[in-house]
Order: sequence, then structure tokens, then C-alpha cells
Amino acid sequence: MVDVIVLTLLGLVVLIGGMAINFAQDLAFQVQAIIVLGAAAVIFIWYLRRVEPVPADSRFQPASGYMDGVVRAGVIATALWGVVGFLAGTYIAFQLTFPVLNLDLPFTTFGRLRPLHTSAVIFAFGGNALIATSFYVVQRTSAARLWGGNLAWFVFWGYQLFIVLAAVGYVLGATQSKEYAEPEWHVDIWLTIVWVAYLAVFLGTILKRKEPHIYVANWFYLAFIVTIAMLHIVNNLSVPVSIWGSKSVQVFSGVQDALTQWWYGHNAVGFFLTAGFLGMMYYFVPKQAERPIYSYKLSIIHFWALIFLYIWAGPHHLHYTALPDWAQTLGMVFSVILWMPSWGGMINGLMTLSGAWDKLRTDPVLRMMVVSVGFYGMATFEGPVMAIRAVNSLSHYTDWTIGHVHSGALGWNGMITFGALYFLVPRLWNRERLYSLSMVSWHFWLATIGIVLYVSSMWVSGIMEGLMWREVDAQGFLVNSFADTVAAKFPMYLVRAIGGIFYLTGALIMCVNLWKTAIGATPRAATATVPAE
Amino acid sequence: MSRKEKKPTDPGTTGHSWDGIEELNNPLPRWWLWTFYATIIWGIGYTILYPAWPLITGATPGLLGYSSRQEVRAEIADVSAANAAIDARLMATDLAGVAKDPALQRYATAGGGALFKTYCAQCHGSGAAGNVGYPNLLDDDWLWGGTLADINTTIAHGVRWDQDPDTRYSQMPAFGDILTKPEITQVVEYVRALSGQENDAALADKGKVVFGDNCAACHGEKGKGNQSLGAPNLTDPIWLYGGDRKTLTATVEKARYGIMPAWSSRLDPSQIRQLAIYVHQLGGGQ
Repeated sequence: MVDVIVLTLLGLVVLIGGMAINFAQDLAFQVQAIIVLGAAAVIFIWYLRRVEPVPADSRFQPASGYMDGVVRAGVIATALWGVVGFLAGTYIAFQLTFPVLNLDLPFTTFGRLRPLHTSAVIFAFGGNALIATSFYVVQRTSAARLWGGNLAWFVFWGYQLFIVLAAVGYVLGATQSKEYAEPEWHVDIWLTIVWVAYLAVFLGTILKRKEPHIYVANWFYLAFIVTIAMLHIVNNLSVPVSIWGSKSVQVFSGVQDALTQWWYGHNAVGFFLTAGFLGMMYYFVPKQAERPIYSYKLSIIHFWALIFLYIWAGPHHLHYTALPDWAQTLGMVFSVILWMPSWGGMINGLMTLSGAWDKLRTDPVLRMMVVSVGFYGMATFEGPVMAIRAVNSLSHYTDWTIGHVHSGALGWNGMITFGALYFLVPRLWNRERLYSLSMVSWHFWLATIGIVLYVSSMWVSGIMEGLMWREVDAQGFLVNSFADTVAAKFPMYLVRAIGGIFYLTGALIMCVNLWKTAIGATPRAATATVPAE
Repeated sequence: MSRKEKKPTDPGTTGHSWDGIEELNNPLPRWWLWTFYATIIWGIGYTILYPAWPLITGATPGLLGYSSRQEVRAEIADVSAANAAIDARLMATDLAGVAKDPALQRYATAGGGALFKTYCAQCHGSGAAGNVGYPNLLDDDWLWGGTLADINTTIAHGVRWDQDPDTRYSQMPAFGDILTKPEITQVVEYVRALSGQENDAALADKGKVVFGDNCAACHGEKGKGNQSLGAPNLTDPIWLYGGDRKTLTATVEKARYGIMPAWSSRLDPSQIRQLAIYVHQLGGGQ
């Protein structure tokens, strides 16, 4: 019966996909429809071939043990999308330095590749890391197999389809022009379906847990999944112009739309890149350090404070705009109060190492995680500072913001994910240890130097730019044109792009190392431990 | 909360274990808690001083009466007040007479430079060297005249700017519909001859006749142009769109229709004067 329903649904998707290709109003929609049709057709055939030889009763026997296949797939996807995202980022950094790299083609202009980069690193790299680690962590800390059987596989493949549809849309010019929410309405609907399935798998697993309590990592993961669902739906409320075209019209307009967008945008940072990754931190740091979590009380207090405060901080993105002053004030005040709740996670991460600090000398994976928590602390201090109205009047619209985001994204999200991948691969592929710890060390230093180059060049560039914009002479006349400030940023742009190459190279070394580990290549002789350089 | 608990040397664990992870029973770090409280107290204070809490029909204005719009208005008013006297002097002085008053000339050039960077640099370039289709303002070749008064008029009313009845207006016909292909080739060769470029003399000779019949009315018998019509001088090596055969052919066949906004709708008369004086002193002013 289930087979019949699944096959009918797939057949319907193929049919509607065919109609969509025929009636498509724009190229992006048409190509997306071709991808959907192709995916549905392949799954249809695969499913059909799979239905026959397996007797119906055996397929529905409850599987035992943890469901790790989907986590393995997630680990591979994370590493692959990471490289794609870093590559895109490095390329667009060079585009800003040397505009000729726009190639004079619509598909390769900065305007289209920039959302490709941000979505690839946040949603493809970060999202896959969150889904894979949450599936791994929730099973271990609940002592239960993932709920919903193959629903977890639907989440994985559905999410990859979302990524591909979004990326194809960007390159072909379909965007609703909302930062970090660029995909158009039909792609948004698909993500909503996938996300609800993700919530069901995660929540279902927690509900059938065999542990009496829910581990703190799972609070953070759950907060992330629930809040992202809410943010995604509200910010993407729109009316399609045609059901066969990608264009849609936003429900909110003017300053209401701006505030909704930044309520979404800031909490994409707050719940996707902070809460979700804190969930990761709360599992992998104590596991790698083999130490207990520093303070249970701190984890409770900072969790609830973080969850409550973050959601109000969005208006600090709209200082000195049409947004009424009172809303700007509240955004700023909540951002500043958010400082300590954010640092609660850093304290719990760093203090968990008490009694194990010596491991930093010998374990480059742990070193990576600790530096990641350090960058988390730095970025969550810098954030409240930049949210202060007076500071924001200098920093807003400058490269300082870009530097801030990347100290969080490259330092915190990137490094904790690398740490988690180094932790997971030997365990998921049943290897005794990583192929090469010295390669991890190389990755660590390349990434760290890359981040330092990136962030410091953007601080210099951003503050310089902000000061140049507001520079006036004795009679109140502006001193610099916009083009003057762009020209002045060239050296910093070059340094930033070189930082990107460092970071990308580190990630490529990681991929080789993980690959060699997974296939069981013999570890290179001698040095199992590499002291900190 | 654990504020009143005594801190034992060994905090012990909460007794739970997940996949081997335990949790210590450490209290909240004091400095963390007090900083958290301090930010909350600061937050309450700040929201009392500044506009913050939404009510039914508006929001609490805050004890300081702060408003970001008022802040900007005050800053602009300060600058305007400080410059009011010299601004009045600029408006009272005859445009040509400004140069005789060094302080006034300095003020106008500085103000015009700042305005240029904001409003004009996008098309004319931040150094005013122009671009294809956007005139270079550094040379002494002028489409609509290079005196202070001419420049002032062009800036105030724009070029082919429909919303302004006094805009500079002229339109070259698209000769692709009027002349035959050979005639266009001939006239292009003649225009190249006019500007002293390499050309086919035989074709140019025939082109001279075509030019006389079709182009001379605006560009003049000798191709020297006519600033009252905005017709470019074709005898110099300065080209707005290009003097090569391909570009010239395109210009003759399809004509050009460059547009410049009328800035009087956006800038006040004093600012337009400052801009005119700035552009005039760039090097090419007549």
C-alpha cells in the first residue's frame, strides 16, 4: 500500500514537473522543473526496482542499532558543499579586487554569485553539518534509533534538492532579493516540507529516548529547528505571480518588510549559526576532551536567556533607517543584554577543558574546537558592540560587518564543524583514528592564518571606509566620493582574498585526510601526536 | 539558582550521563552573573532615557527626547547656518565675478567638488574625465557651451530631460532610415577626413555632398558644430561615442540621445552655482 502511494506521488511529481517545464514563465523555473522531474523519475525507477525482490514483511521489521548511513551521507555532503562555498567565496573576493573576473556574463556577476556563496556556506555547508551532527548526537544522547525510518533519508536528499534548486535559481536570476532568504516561493515551499520532516525525525527520536533527561545539545538543536521553521515561513510569505513562474510579490512592504527580513536575518545567525552550532559544541567538545560539561546550571540559564533575547535583536540591522526610533532602541538594548547569555556557551565550552588543557598540545582536533569557541566569544562580543547605535553609525554598510560575520562563520561555525567532522569520520567508518594528525595541524594553521588575514583586513577596510564616508571639511562638505573609498580598499581586498585561499586550502587538506581515513588508508608512519607549533 | 550555595572544592556531577558525557554542578560564574545583571539594569535605564516601549498609539518618547531624525536635522541646520552668510554672498554675486573674491571662489569650489562626488561622478567619473557617452569636463570642447552661465544652465535644466521645459534639447535624426548604405559609408569617410583621420579620399569626396545636404544644417558647413543646438564639433579628435568607422556608422544610422537630469529639482540654486564654478575651473571653462 505504502509503495503504491509513494509511486503515485512520484508519478504525480513527474507529471507536474513536465507541465511546469512546458508552461514555465522564466528560464530559472524551467531549469528547476527539469531538475525536479529528473530527480522524481530517477527515484521512481529506483523505487520500482527495489519494491519487487524484497518481501513486504521483512522490509517493515524494525531496524536495530543507530541509523548512521544518513549521517555518513551528511558528512560527505558537508565537506563537499564546504569546499564549494569556500571556493565561491574566494572567487567573489577576487571579483571585488579585480572586477574583470565578473567575466561580463550575467551568470557570473558578483550579484548572482554572492548569494550562491552565502547560501552554500550557511545552508549547504552549515545546514548539512547541523542535520548530520544532530542526527548523530540525538541518537547517542537519547540511546534511540532515529524515528521515522527512511524519513531521515528524505530529509537528507530533500535538503540537497533544495540547495541545488536554490543555487540554480540564483545563477539564472530568480531571487526575491531578501538577504539569506533569496530562494523564490516554490523553493521555499519545498524547504518547508523538508524542514517539517526534519522536525518530526528529531522530535520523534527525542520522544522515544531511553535516557531520562534530554541532553543540553538537543535543547539547542530543537530550538534551532523550531525557530528556523517559524522564521522561514513568516519571512517568505509571498504571493506568486504565476504558479508556473518563479516571480512572487512579498506580503509585507516598506519598513514592515525590512523589519521582518532582519528579524529573520538576524535570527538565521542566532538560531542557525549560534543555537544549532552550540548544540554541536555541547556534544563534540566534551567528547573530544573526555571531560564533563563545566556547569549544568550555566547551560540552563544561558540557553533560556539566549533563546529569549536573540529573537528581539533584529532591529539593530536597521539603525538610522525608516524604522521608528523606539524599535531601534529595543533592538540595540536586547543585543547588548545578549552579550552574557552568548558568552555562557563560551564559558561552558572552554571550562569543560579544565583538567585537560594539556591535550591542546597533542590533539589538533581539540585545538580546532577550542579556537572555534574562542572565535565564538569574540564574535558575540563584537556583535553587541556593533549593535550600539553610535558604533553602528560608523560600522553599518562597511566591510567591518563583513569581517564580523566571517570571524563568526569561518572561526566559529567553520572550525567547530571541522572538529566535528574529524571526530565523526573515524567513528562512522569504523577506523581506529584519523589518517594523519599532522594534516589536521596543517589545516588548523592554514585556517587560523586565513581567518586572521580576512578579519583584520576587513576591520581596517571597514573602519577606514566608515571614516572616509563621514569625512567633511571645515564647511561641512564631503571630502571623499564613494569611488574614492572603493579605490582605497584595494589592498585590503587583496589581503582578504588571500586569506580566503588559505582557508580553502585548509579545507581541501581536510577532505583528503577524511577521504584517506574513510577508505582505511594506512596512516603515515611515526608521528601520532603533533605538538602545537 | 545557586547563589547562596557554598562552593565545594569538588562540585560533583548532576548524576546524569549521556553517551558518556556528564555535567558538573558548578555554580554560575560570579563575574558572568553580575555582568549579566549589569547589562539588564543598563538596558532598563537606557529604555527610560530613549524612545523605546511601544504603546497603543505611539511609543514612550524617553526622558532625553531623543530622535534620530531631529539629530540629522540639527546637524544639517548647523552647517547651513554656518554657511548662510557666504551662501547669500554667492547668490548676490554675479557668476563671473565670483573669481574676483578668493574666499567665495574657494567656498564654491569646495562645495561644488563635494556635490560633484555625490551626484555627478557616477557618469562623468570622480576625476570628471567622462566616459563613452558621458562628456569629459576637463577639456575645452563643449557641447552646450563652456561659459559659467552655460554650464550653470546645463546643470540646472539637464539635457533632453523631459520633466524640465527649459532643458537643453536637440535630436539628431537616425539617418539609417533616410540615407542609403553607400551614402552613409561616404559621409562617415568625410567625417573622418574632417577630423584629420585616415580615410578613403574618393569616398570622402562623395561624402562631402551628403554632409552638405544632411548634416551641415546643424554641424555647420565646415563641421565645426553649433553649441546653441548642442551639435558637436566634428573637426577635433574629441569624440563622445568614438571616431572609428564602426562607431561613426552606428551614430549616423541610429543617432544618439544622451540624457542628463535637471538638477534644479534636487539641488538648490546656490549648490548649482557651486557645481558650475567647480566644473568651470577644472580646466576647460571658457
